[in-house]
This record gives sequence, C-alpha cells and structure tokens, in this order.
Amino acid sequence: MTSALRSRLVRLAETATTPLVPADFLDLFAPLRAGADLRGRIEQVIPETRDAATLVIRPGADWAGHVPGQYLRIGIDVDGVRQWRAYSLTHGPRPDGRIAITVKAVPDGLVSHHLVHRTRPGTMVHLEQAAGEFVLPPQGGRFLFVTAGSGITPVIGMLRNLFPSTDEGVLRPNRTTHHDVVVVHVAPSRPDSIFLRDLEALAEAGAIRLVPRYDDQHGLLDVEELPAMVPDLAERTTFACGPAGLLDALTHFHEDKGLELFTEQFRTTRVEAGEGGTVTFADGRTLEADGSTPILDAAEDAGVLMPSGCRMGICFGCVLPMKEGTVRDLRNGEVTTAIPGESGAIKIQTCISAAAGACHIDH
Amino acid sequence: MTVIQKKADNPIAHLTPEDIEQLGMELDAIRQDVIDSRGADDAAYIRRMIKTQRGLELGSRAVLLFSAFPPAWVVGTAGLSVAKILDNMEIGHNILHGQWDWMRDPKIHSTTWEWDMASPAEQWKHSHNQVHHTYTNVIGKDNDLGYGIMRVDEDQRWSPFHLGQPVWCFINAVFFEYGIAAYDLDLGAVVKKKQTKDPEFRRRAKEVVAKIRKQATKDYVVHPLLSLPTGSFLPTLAANFTANVVRNLWSNSIILCGHFPEGVETFEKRSIDGETKGEWYVRQMLGSANISGSKALHVMSGNLSHQVEHHLFPDLPSNRYAEIAPKVQALFEKYDLTYCSRPLVPQVYSAWHKVVRLSLPNGWLATTNRKNLPSQLKTLWAMSTKGPKVRRAAQARLTQLAKRQEAGKQVGAAA
Repeated sequence: MTSALRSRLVRLAETATTPLVPADFLDLFAPLRAGADLRGRIEQVIPETRDAATLVIRPGADWAGHVPGQYLRIGIDVDGVRQWRAYSLTHGPRPDGRIAITVKAVPDGLVSHHLVHRTRPGTMVHLEQAAGEFVLPPQGGRFLFVTAGSGITPVIGMLRNLFPSTDEGVLRPNRTTHHDVVVVHVAPSRPDSIFLRDLEALAEAGAIRLVPRYDDQHGLLDVEELPAMVPDLAERTTFACGPAGLLDALTHFHEDKGLELFTEQFRTTRVEAGEGGTVTFADGRTLEADGSTPILDAAEDAGVLMPSGCRMGICFGCVLPMKEGTVRDLRNGEVTTAIPGESGAIKIQTCISAAAGACHIDH
Repeated sequence: MTVIQKKADNPIAHLTPEDIEQLGMELDAIRQDVIDSRGADDAAYIRRMIKTQRGLELGSRAVLLFSAFPPAWVVGTAGLSVAKILDNMEIGHNILHGQWDWMRDPKIHSTTWEWDMASPAEQWKHSHNQVHHTYTNVIGKDNDLGYGIMRVDEDQRWSPFHLGQPVWCFINAVFFEYGIAAYDLDLGAVVKKKQTKDPEFRRRAKEVVAKIRKQATKDYVVHPLLSLPTGSFLPTLAANFTANVVRNLWSNSIILCGHFPEGVETFEKRSIDGETKGEWYVRQMLGSANISGSKALHVMSGNLSHQVEHHLFPDLPSNRYAEIAPKVQALFEKYDLTYCSRPLVPQVYSAWHKVVRLSLPNGWLATTNRKNLPSQLKTLWAMSTKGPKVRRAAQARLTQLAKRQEAGKQVGAAA
C-alpha cells in the first residue's frame, strides 16, 4: 500500500473517530502492534542480586533493534506518575525478539526500586528506540572495560553478544578471534556484584581476562593502579562506565597518557532545590527569578509574552513544559524537577511555580 | 435570593476575618491530604474510565450498524448516550480541569485532551476554568449565571426577553453543546457590540465551526453511511441525534443543579476586590450546590454532584470528591454555614422553578392574587412593551408592594 493511500485511509478513519484517532481504539486491543506508540510488555523479572534485577521485555512491533552497549529510555508509571529513565540493554539482539535491561536499585532511586522490587510481569511500559554511541567497533581490537557498580550493564550486553552463554558453556565464535578483552570490574563487595557469575564464567572459558576489585577487600580503586593491573594498557582502547567520580579520574588519566577512552554515564547529578534561580526560555532569553515570585509574573515583568489565565492555580491556562530545572509549588512547597534524558520535559503551571534553581522553560 | 451582601440576615455575618482564614487553612489541609495520597489507584481509575468509555462507544457504534433492527437501535442508542455522557462529564470535564496532569501522561493531560463536544477544549477551558471558576456566582462577572440568556438571580435586571426564558432554557438544554460553544465564543456580546469582524473572534469562530463540522460529520454522515449496507442509514442518524440530545439534556440538568437551585448565594461585583484565599473558599462553598445519590449518579455526573467539593478544589481528581465530602460538610457545620445538597429530582426542580419564577419581574408573583390579577397583568404588559423608564418605575412599585406585604405578614405572624 502506498503511503499516500495509507494516509488517506487513516484520515478517512479519523472522520469516524474524531476527536479521538483510530489508534486510541486500536490501542485497546493491540498496544504492541506496528504503528502504535512504542511500548513494551514486561514478561519476566529475574533477580540478579538482592538489589538488582533483569527485566525481559517484549517490545512493540516497531522496535528497530539495537547494538550491544546501547541503552534505551523506558517510561513507567510509579505511584501513578509517568517516570522516564535510561538503562543499558544487557543482551545482544535475541532470536525471540525480546530485549532485556538490568536495573540496580540505587539509594533514593524511585524508579530503580520500583523496577527491581515492585514490578510484576505483564506490566506495560513505554519505550524509546535504542540509542547511544557506547558500542564496540565490529572489526574487533584490544579493549579494556572499566566498570563500576551498575556500570557493568552496557558492558555485559556487549560481552554476552560476543561470547554467547549456552548449555554447553560459553561459546567463542570465530567472529571474536580479533577481540581481546580485559574487564576491570569494581564493586563494593563480591555479593553486591551484578553479573559476577557471568563475568567469572567468561573468564573461566578464557573469553576475557577479569580483574575484580572489591572495595571491602582491595580498598577503593585508584586509577593510578591501572597499569599494574593491565600491563598492556597502552595498546588497548578503554570503555568505561560508572559513577561520575571514576569517569572523571579516568578521563584525566587517559588524557595525561594520550590513551583512547569512551565513557558512558547514566545517573545525572542530583539537583538540590534552592531558592530562586535563572529562568531560560526557548529563544535564549534568560531572567533572574526569586524563590517567591511565580515564574509567570517574573517572565511578564521581564517582557516575555506568556500564556496565562487566572493566576490562582485552578485554570491551567499557563501550563508550559519545563525541559530542565527545579521549581517549587508556592501553594505547598512541593518541588518538581525535570532532568534531561531522565524525566523528559515536565509540564508545570507557571502561575503557581517559582524557580528553585536554574530552569529551562520550553516557550 | 439576592446577592449575599444585601441580605437582611447575611449568612456569613457571624464569621470574623480570623474565622475565614482558619476555615481556609482547614480546607487547604483537606486538599493537601488528597495530594499527598494521590497514586496508582487514582491513575488506574481514570484509565479504567477511559477504557470503559471507549469500549462502550465502540460496542454501541458496532451495534448501531444494524440499527434498522429495533432492539439494536435501542441498545446502541442507550450505550452511545452513556458513552457520550462519560466522555463529557467524568472524563473530559475533569481532564480539562488538569485533575490528571500530575500523572504526566501526555495523552491524559489538560493541554492535549479534546472531547466529543461542539466547543473546542481550548475555548471551554478559558470560559469555564478561568472565568467561571475564578468569579463563581459574582453577578456581572460570572456569565455561568444564566449563560447570558437567562435570569437566575433577583439582582440580574429583568427585561421582557426573560418572559420566554423557560422556553429558551428548554431549547438550550436540548442543544446544550451548541449553546456552550456559542457561550464560550461570547457570541451574544460580540453580536450586540457589532464586533463580529474582530480578527481574534473570527479565528475562534473558525475553530468552533471546524469542530462542529467534524463532530456532526461523524455522527450524521460517516456512521450513518457505514450502516448503509444493512439499510440502517436513517436509524443510525436518528440514534446519533438521540444520543446527543440525551447527553445534552443530562449534562444541562447536572449543570443547572450546580449553581441555580434555591439556597445558593450570589455575590456583588465589588465584594471580591482584594478577596483573600479564605474568602474565595467561602464564596465557592456558598455558591455551589450538591446532588446526593448513588455512586452511579456521581460517575455519570462527572462527580459534579459534588459541586461544592469540585468548586473548592477544581484540580483534585474527581474520584476523591466523595471521600472528602464528609470532611467538607463537617466544616460547614463547624462554621455554621448551609451545605446545599438534595437528590437529583428536587434539585433539578428547584433550578427550573427558579428559571420560571425569575422569568417574571421581581415581586410580581408575590404581589399577585386573584383580585388584582387584571391590574397586575396590565403592569406586566406595560413593563414588557413600554420603555425602560416605565419598566423601572413599575419595578420600583412592585418591589415596594412586595416589601410592604412581607412586613405585613410578619406583623400578622407576630400578632
């Protein structure tokens, strides 16, 4: 069917469903069909450690596939509120078309705790297509992976894809003859280490060389120790994933030595809500707003033409997306934070919200 | 009824400014309790409601494909009527109030929702959320008091046009969605002021026409055509028309009950200058009326049966109004205020009674008896046909007469 004919048919169907669209009805029966918004159904929740679990998800028909090492953004309702987070895909493409992410419950992690401890099979989630540049060159090479905590997740996806684990043990297919991999994996302790058994199996099979580092046994890792652990460091390309502190240290270290480094980081630094801040608009205009003036008033005082209504918080005429930043509801002090790549834009009522830090309003 | 400020026994005279602020804080606490406990169950509620509505609409329209068969017509029409009522009341009205924005679901959000109604959501949000909910029951500010075509308060000036208002009110009820669309456009005032060429008005009128065309094409062309193969074109057309009228009559009845029944208070324009949050709350409390009844009634009315709670907290999820109603009612009692609540039929009757009563000049009915009927009719005739000067003079006489009669009655009662 040509796309012109198709779009004409859709328009015709819309005349029968307006103000809804045909998809609103089709979603009742087939939420994972081709053409639907990308969603997935959680089919399995597999515990990995006491605070980590792997979620096996059947994605919608329009899932475009991924390269090991990439991540996906997943939207899930926690206590009724839609939350978006990014997680690495921890498998290569699977024959059954399922995808898997492994989530570690981080302290104060609303979403990660929900996914690890409270998610039941059958739950529908919202997805975005896989993204990310943290992938291995297909022709192979000599690599060093430095992973810390849940930083193992994109790496395990790559390793599992390179060296599939079967009933006969870990396979080392021919296409991997040019891959030479060392993994330096850092974890607080051995039992807290996600995928440790997988890593150890890979090491036993000779697929990788594993250098485990447990804070409780070896003390905190100092990147200056790396050359001792990996003598041929200079011949390797480093892929690192972990907390910001480790990545910063590695970046300095590699820059100093002129070595190649790719990094991936998921958890953005937490925003502490303050009093007032700068408000930036889509056209680049920026203004200072204090913590007690509604953003609507501050913006209008600065000459920004704003959509608005009654200024009492009841008419919803002033709702705008906040792409990034933190605001405080002047009625009850409640703080709302938008983090790019995590929460997405959050729609806020500018008439009752004051800046509680730097905010970007999409207007 | 007259504006609260002019009443001999003002029902809020006993409240000190401190009382009113305290009352406001107690209401804020009720609101905060709900906000703190909003969660997965509430989200599931609105999703279930939307799913039910869509399933019901789809099923009913499927049945109507065979509406030449009379039982199919009855079942399909009933189902479609209920589906349209749910779409308008519990789903559309409440989503457009932002009651579900906290879920951050872009599909169930006040900024994206559109409903099966002649009035585009964007325009309705302005006239309803912004104007009506801010200026509730303030004469001259809240156009919802009579929608500009009816007189529902003594303080709205009588004109001969109002003699026919029971008829206008009925016609408005039958074609309510178009009435609302015209109302949101402020059509009456724009025509009166000859501002129909104003570009902003033109743009908005265009939106309304486009919306009406879409909704009417769906109900009166596309679905009848789809049922043509079974010879059901006309029955389907009739079914859609019937469902729209049923929905209109129902939503009109519910909405009349919100602010029109006897016992709700209205307010003077200047009384809201510098109004505090507490005073705003009190105005919402006394300016609204509830309908008591079953759970089904609450759902079918979009929980506007809890009009008092809705007007206090228009952005709280509708499914929670029933739960906070006893707490709100307890506050009415604590502060010695009247919680206006009756079952549906008495409440609709009360609203209609007022529409009929106020179709006549103030005091006319009260001062008319069998003996003076001819002279009273003459007065009414003069008020209806002569100029405003005559009308004002006659009105003054009627008011005075009614006052004297009232005083006489009181003297009689005392004796």
